[in-house]
Amino acid sequence: MDKIPILRMGAFLLVTIQVDLYDRLALNLEADLVQMVNKTSAKGVLIDISAVSIVDSFMGRIIGNIASMSKILDAETVVVGMQPAVAITLIELGLPLKGVHTALDMEKGMNLLKSMIDLTGVDADEDQSDDDFITE
Amino acid sequence: MTLSLSKDTIQVLKEQDVVFLKNRVKETAVKIKMGLVNQTRLLTACSELVRNMMRYANGGACVIEVVSSGRNNGVRLTFSDKGPGIPDISAAMQDGFSTGKSLGLGLPGTKRLVNEFDLKSKVGEGTVITIIKWANG
Repeated sequence: MDKIPILRMGAFLLVTIQVDLYDRLALNLEADLVQMVNKTSAKGVLIDISAVSIVDSFMGRIIGNIASMSKILDAETVVVGMQPAVAITLIELGLPLKGVHTALDMEKGMNLLKSMIDLTGVDADEDQSDDDFITE
Repeated sequence: MTLSLSKDTIQVLKEQDVVFLKNRVKETAVKIKMGLVNQTRLLTACSELVRNMMRYANGGACVIEVVSSGRNNGVRLTFSDKGPGIPDISAAMQDGFSTGKSLGLGLPGTKRLVNEFDLKSKVGEGTVITIIKWANG
């Protein structure tokens, strides 16, 4: 059984989809990812779909589901690297992926995630730096 | 007039057959020099229809044809199954209508992605859906 690896990087989870998704694989990814968000209390999920050449209504729904499920678990989702042909097809199909943040590439996606999480995590960061100061 | 230049029938009964079918459709589209965006549209349409066939009719058959009309070449896909059929075709062609748990974009979305779309269905006998995507259409 194929499995899509989920990598942890600090407060983020990285998923790079290197194969064309079929239904079962996408469903497994959805379940694994939501569990990982819970287990690692990740604050952000970055999904790279630059190698995916087809996103149909089912895959689109899974991507939307992952974003909403992560949102409930207090994590933001950014989808990066969508091929132009896939974007055209998704809109014509009638699936605008509302509620899913997107960015052109990994770097921009990472920055977007950081900016979204900094806004909500300002207090925690300040507390930490205060502690550091005292211990020094 | 639309002429059929080559014909290839693929039975789709298991999930592995779906991957095989998509690869064959892609090969055919590449062979007639279909552009990347149209290839993606055709493959997405194929993906939607083959999923419907698997979900509602437990599989069926797909005929892949290279067709030609005047100076235009294209790919014609005919999906036929012996499933329960579609009782209300005009409802099934509306955005957001689904008897399953999906978004209800499959049939109307597919129609928007291809150049020609034909659906014939008889309750209790099965469904035949034919789509054509022209290489530059």
